[in-house]
Amino acid sequence: MAKKESSFVNMVLTLFVVTAVAALALGGVYSVTKEPIAIAKLMKTEKAISEVLPEFDNIQEYKILPEGGSDSLTFFKATKNGEEVGTAIKTYTDRGFSGRVWIMVGLNPEGVINNTAVLEHKETPGLGDKMDKAKSDWSNQFNGKNPTEFKLKVTKNGGDVDAITAATISSRAFCDAVQRAYNEFEKQDKR
Amino acid sequence: MNQLQNFTKGFIKDNPVFVLLLGLCPTLGVTTTAINGLGMGLATMFVLVMSNLVVSLIKNLIPDKVRIPSFIVIIASFVTIVELTMQAYTPALFEALGLFIPLIVVNCIVLGRAEAFASKNNIISSVIDGLGMGLGFAFALFLLGAVREILGSGAILSMKFIQGDGMLVFVLAPGAFIALGYLIAIMNRLKKTT
Repeated sequence: MAKKESSFVNMVLTLFVVTAVAALALGGVYSVTKEPIAIAKLMKTEKAISEVLPEFDNIQEYKILPEGGSDSLTFFKATKNGEEVGTAIKTYTDRGFSGRVWIMVGLNPEGVINNTAVLEHKETPGLGDKMDKAKSDWSNQFNGKNPTEFKLKVTKNGGDVDAITAATISSRAFCDAVQRAYNEFEKQDKR
Repeated sequence: MNQLQNFTKGFIKDNPVFVLLLGLCPTLGVTTTAINGLGMGLATMFVLVMSNLVVSLIKNLIPDKVRIPSFIVIIASFVTIVELTMQAYTPALFEALGLFIPLIVVNCIVLGRAEAFASKNNIISSVIDGLGMGLGFAFALFLLGAVREILGSGAILSMKFIQGDGMLVFVLAPGAFIALGYLIAIMNRLKKTT
């Protein structure tokens, strides 16, 4: 078959057909994968909650817009046999090295950090991504600390947190996200 | 050129990274560990094979003046399909590579092969070319990733063999250039002797 001539009609038609087929294919794949993706995300959130909190049997979920924040935090208040065992807070920071970082922070009823889990980040692979438990145990230093006496700042800024080597900005971002969660938790507590 | 030569040229003679120096943006960005490099290489290979196949199929239906936009739409569609499928069925792999998948679109090697090879050759040759080039790319990324992981993190395939950090510069962008430079030099030396 001879090559099609580059006439105006041919070009418009070709581009239209190519983009239309691509759009159809993408729409199809999107609708097929939509549900599995949602399930995968939900599983991840649930897994993170169970990682950062002690055992629980019931969870109450609500959202709060933090002061000076552009997105809301999600609180997961966990109880066991009607007794409060802790709160998991899905928090974020925009101070990451490259974009927003989402973290799940588990606080016990007194406000002591039980555990943390990174949900989503775009930090440098090999450096900033050490905030993730899968990459290094850096974030374990937060466990069992109460932010009222444990200053959530890197040592360079006069805080108590040892920064990740060569990833001070990512470390600061992590602290910022935890601090934001703690501030909102405190406000809730006083109410 | 027979099909075997067509397949193997992507490894040494026309290796996309070491010889053609194409697709350096994802190359330098993702190769902080060997496994990241390998995953990115294989994902790119899939896109390369599929886009070569489709481009070769419809090469006569596309007028010359609009071939580049058409190729880009085709490539971008396959990349998005890979991204969505990975996200849905292999969330763990997506976790590690998710950031880099969209980068495949801007990888010159995919468009380069579509333009330079698939639009001029038949389907079988194009698919074999895509496979060979893709494997060559994956091999190069794996090698570069392994070198950077050993020097930068003191580990290989995430298994630590020294305590603490390695030479951090190799994890950062400058280290990628340094390691790539030396690998290219070694490849050139090897090619000279054979």
